[in-house]
Amino acid sequence: MPSPSRLAGLLRDGRFVVTAELSAANSADPEATWRRAEVLRGSVDAINCTDNTGAHVHISSLAAAHLLVEKGLEPIMQLTVRDRNRLALQADLLGAAALGVRNIVLMSGDDVTAGDHPEARRIYDIDSMQLVEVAAGLRDRGTYLSGRKLEQAPSFFIGAVENPFAPPLEFRPLRLQKKVRAGADFIQTQLVFDVPIFARFMAMVGELGLLDKVFIIPSIGIPRSARGARYMKEKVPGLHVPDSLVDRLEKTAAARQADEGVRIAVELVSAVREIPGVAGVHLIGIKWEEGVVQVAEAAGLLPRPTFSPRASVGGHG
Amino acid sequence: MSVTERLILAVEKPLKEAIWGCRMCGQCILHSTGLSCPMRCPKNLRNGPCGGVRANGNCEVYPDKRCVWVDAWEGSRRLPLWRDHIEHLQKPVDWQLQGTSSWINLVNGRDGVAPKGWKPDAES
Repeated sequence: MPSPSRLAGLLRDGRFVVTAELSAANSADPEATWRRAEVLRGSVDAINCTDNTGAHVHISSLAAAHLLVEKGLEPIMQLTVRDRNRLALQADLLGAAALGVRNIVLMSGDDVTAGDHPEARRIYDIDSMQLVEVAAGLRDRGTYLSGRKLEQAPSFFIGAVENPFAPPLEFRPLRLQKKVRAGADFIQTQLVFDVPIFARFMAMVGELGLLDKVFIIPSIGIPRSARGARYMKEKVPGLHVPDSLVDRLEKTAAARQADEGVRIAVELVSAVREIPGVAGVHLIGIKWEEGVVQVAEAAGLLPRPTFSPRASVGGHG
Repeated sequence: MSVTERLILAVEKPLKEAIWGCRMCGQCILHSTGLSCPMRCPKNLRNGPCGGVRANGNCEVYPDKRCVWVDAWEGSRRLPLWRDHIEHLQKPVDWQLQGTSSWINLVNGRDGVAPKGWKPDAES
């Protein structure tokens, strides 16, 4: 078996981790994926490969994740239940494991109507919660959902997502608890722009006794322009972008908006770091990996630790 | 389909469609979802809302409709019984039961059958 998850090792070692989202390529040339990913080398601990993000088609997360493994970069493979039924999901999970993918993040996915194929048939055979349980079943019981035995179980570090900002707010921590019970080892949240709401969410998660059962990694977006921030505020489902943030960018001269965006992200990183239970940050610069590096540097997150994880993976511990 | 089954469906289907917008999944979990039918969710989510719920509590996919899980959460708070059932992990849908009577499936235990590889200690 190839090496276990380095991300899991870092988190279990109590390190504050940094992950980032890779802009998925629209290219049959692997260089397009590698070029973007190389920008992130040394600045992050693991890299998310998205699964048709925003319901727009891109290179598959499985293929992108494998391309990263080939270059010695650690991927986190995102997988949605939007485009695949339970057979395809399990096949891709097992295939990913065989190709050296150790970290997975499982989610519902933006609806097809948000993307460039709104006429597509949505699948949703099982839901994201059930997919977490299915992945845990592959790993912990070594069986498919049907009960049929695997010859070799995968050693996944299982991630899920939560949106602390979408109604019903009081149910969100309970839903997170459900995901932990289903088998989630770590959670990457929706983009945090509103720190007080996120802090309240974390306090509720703490009251449920979950902070020592799951690693929570808030996402920090790096707005590149006032227009981008306004687009996120008005068009992206489930995002909560305060007016003050858009105002701040709109009052900045166009040429300096990217720098201001980096400053905003750095402030957000510092703010969420203070909140008990925050295990790291997930940086998202939309088609802007250079922004991720700038934020990691300015927020004092560099250099990243060089670390050989312990030989085991699976479960929280 | 037997005559009895047809007779039961003739009552169950219009009744549940009229009251809850039932989609006849044949494995009813309304008591766990605050009496809001989760199959009306465009993503068929049985375990809680997606991350796309709008700030006003409406659906990501249908901006003019209220999210069925916002209704489910509020409904579950009002229920005298089964309040905590919204926290239970719901097993995957058995699509073979689509269109059959959930009343019959409840009585004969068919709706409680989970896939063999599903979490052994899961609640229903």
